[in-house]
Amino acid sequence: MTTAVIEAHGISKRYERGALSYAGLLRDTLARTLRSPWTVFQRPRPDTFWALNNVSLQVGEGEVLGLIGRNGSGKTTLLKILSRITRPTSGWAEIHGRVGSLLEVGTGFHPELTGRENAYLSGAILGMSRQEITRKFDEIVAFAELDKFIDTPVKHYSSGMFVRLAFAVAAHLEPEILLVDEVLAVGDIKFQRKCLGKMGDVARAGRTIILVSHQLNQIRRLCQRVVWLDGGTLRETGPTAEVIGAYEREMSSTDVLIEKGPLGGKAHFLKWWILDQEGKPKHVFSDDGELRLQFLLKVNQAVYGLYHDIELYDQNRQLLWGNAIGNVTLDPGVYVCNHTLPHLPLRPGSYTWRATLWDGGENVADYDCVPEMQVATVPVGHPLDEKAGILNIPSECVIVPQSAADFPK
Amino acid sequence: MASVTSNPSATGPLANRPPGAQTLRIEPPHTWFELRLEELWKYRELLFFLVWRDVKVRYKQTAIGVAWVIVQPLLTMLVATLFFGRLAKLPSQGLPYSVFCFAALVPWTYFSTALVAATNVVVENQRVITKVYFPRLILPVSAALSGLVDFSIGFVVLLIFTFAHSIRPAWTLVLLPLFLLLAVLTVLGVGLWLSALNALYRDVKYLTPFIIQFWTLASPVYYSSSMVPDRYRWLYGLNPMAGVIDGFRWALTGTGQAPTATLLASSAIVCCVLFGGLIFFNYMEGSIADRV
Repeated sequence: MTTAVIEAHGISKRYERGALSYAGLLRDTLARTLRSPWTVFQRPRPDTFWALNNVSLQVGEGEVLGLIGRNGSGKTTLLKILSRITRPTSGWAEIHGRVGSLLEVGTGFHPELTGRENAYLSGAILGMSRQEITRKFDEIVAFAELDKFIDTPVKHYSSGMFVRLAFAVAAHLEPEILLVDEVLAVGDIKFQRKCLGKMGDVARAGRTIILVSHQLNQIRRLCQRVVWLDGGTLRETGPTAEVIGAYEREMSSTDVLIEKGPLGGKAHFLKWWILDQEGKPKHVFSDDGELRLQFLLKVNQAVYGLYHDIELYDQNRQLLWGNAIGNVTLDPGVYVCNHTLPHLPLRPGSYTWRATLWDGGENVADYDCVPEMQVATVPVGHPLDEKAGILNIPSECVIVPQSAADFPK
Repeated sequence: MASVTSNPSATGPLANRPPGAQTLRIEPPHTWFELRLEELWKYRELLFFLVWRDVKVRYKQTAIGVAWVIVQPLLTMLVATLFFGRLAKLPSQGLPYSVFCFAALVPWTYFSTALVAATNVVVENQRVITKVYFPRLILPVSAALSGLVDFSIGFVVLLIFTFAHSIRPAWTLVLLPLFLLLAVLTVLGVGLWLSALNALYRDVKYLTPFIIQFWTLASPVYYSSSMVPDRYRWLYGLNPMAGVIDGFRWALTGTGQAPTATLLASSAIVCCVLFGGLIFFNYMEGSIADRV
């Protein structure tokens, strides 16, 4: 084993669920005090939960470690503890080397300042020295592709320009250990590739990276080893392919609905799943066959003008496709909304489904479906990723000699 | 990497560090007070950038820009001279009332704006706090320092103003930085308490204007502290800004007597508030990113 540069031992972090009662109004505290003065001396017993529970790990020098798990599994909390933003409730960690953390793109940017000024400010906040920024400044501007606008206040930037500059600064941070949270999911595809390339360079330069991402393909491409967190505990750790495989298998057996609408309204979704052409539930599709998307719907009160939408998004939250059925009358009861798609010609990657319910003009329910649907087909388009687009359609092209006289008129 | 694994002397994963590599230990907060001054020094460039940002941004997109620094105390002085000087005829230690008042308004304006800034600095930088680590103490310090830029502009105007009233500064002027330092420390001491409390209870933000309003009345800005009966003078001195303003006026104009007693009381109280503030802020620091 190579030298460990990060060693974490039994890291746990407890949060108070009703954190608001702390950061709330002074009035509440005073009122509580007046009602029963003794409670001031008692520790309030708020609803607590463990965001991380006894997590230990070692990261070797030059290793690129991926951190996966569904939302709320403690990935970000672990990064926050390792980057000292927050402290663990128990356990300890030792880090050997200069740490840089990238939990967000554009940390510390101020809209009134120019691109140049922000580059310095953000660089300083991320831990670069002024000399270091000056030295890399031209490189940063070139990377961000905005030489002409570098002295324009960033409030006039397009969101793309903003993100490019922000990432350019972050990408030139050169700590020995880099902690990255999902920040590569920014910008257009081309810029994403560039960022990935830069990350790859950083990794090859022998730096240690911990990368949190939902984009399993990114993890596959960059990481040698993966840690899977589940409910704040370490579920599995090992070579990338193994752990991601196990993760995907688990994901396809547990479907979760992230509920956004009011529960117990007129109607709500209970569960969802995807079936392949043989009728087996699946979340990873390695062929482009028929698939069926089914939503279990519970109607609490009779609805007379129900609309049901489904939408398909890619990992940049770009809407790829949507469909709706409308004007349905349903009595109370449980129903299945059954969507059949002959095939889904998508490039490999992760995609999310979203379902909504409308009654008249009223939004009854909104669901982001978790987990993501993984498409693992063989890409058949252009060999260069940035030219391949989003559709995966097999095509044929032959070039034959033809005389001008035979052109179709 | 190869050189590391081929090193036969390695006895464990952490055995052979490259010399000079820094080791960071992350642990739950356990001591109630750990002032990491050397870390603050390490982050001095960030402190500089935060002050620079504040100064740079403060008067962006305003029509008269940095002139606001002068307009505010100047207008206040004019109004005060009219009402307190001409109508109420408050005594002004033998100085023209306008000079008497302006000499207090310049440090007072610094104090009040810097205190408001320090109170809000943690909340305003919430996003940065929850995304990057740096010693949080830098934030209130930067708020206390960035007000000094405005102060120095106001101070130049004040010098011209006193000069125009043919008041020549006495030797006491060399002591002026001392009083300024006391003002900065007062801002910092009180600001540490308020900024950390503000992160917990947003009520503090609404409370601060009142605190400042009352504090103005309890400080010798518009009236002379000689109006305070002698037996209550020690009590009055518990307000550190009384010492600052009296001292500032005395150092600038050389009139009146050196505010020795008030100053001692003021310094003592500032030390207490500052020390307490450091402990409180430090205590909060570990969890500030979770609670703000």
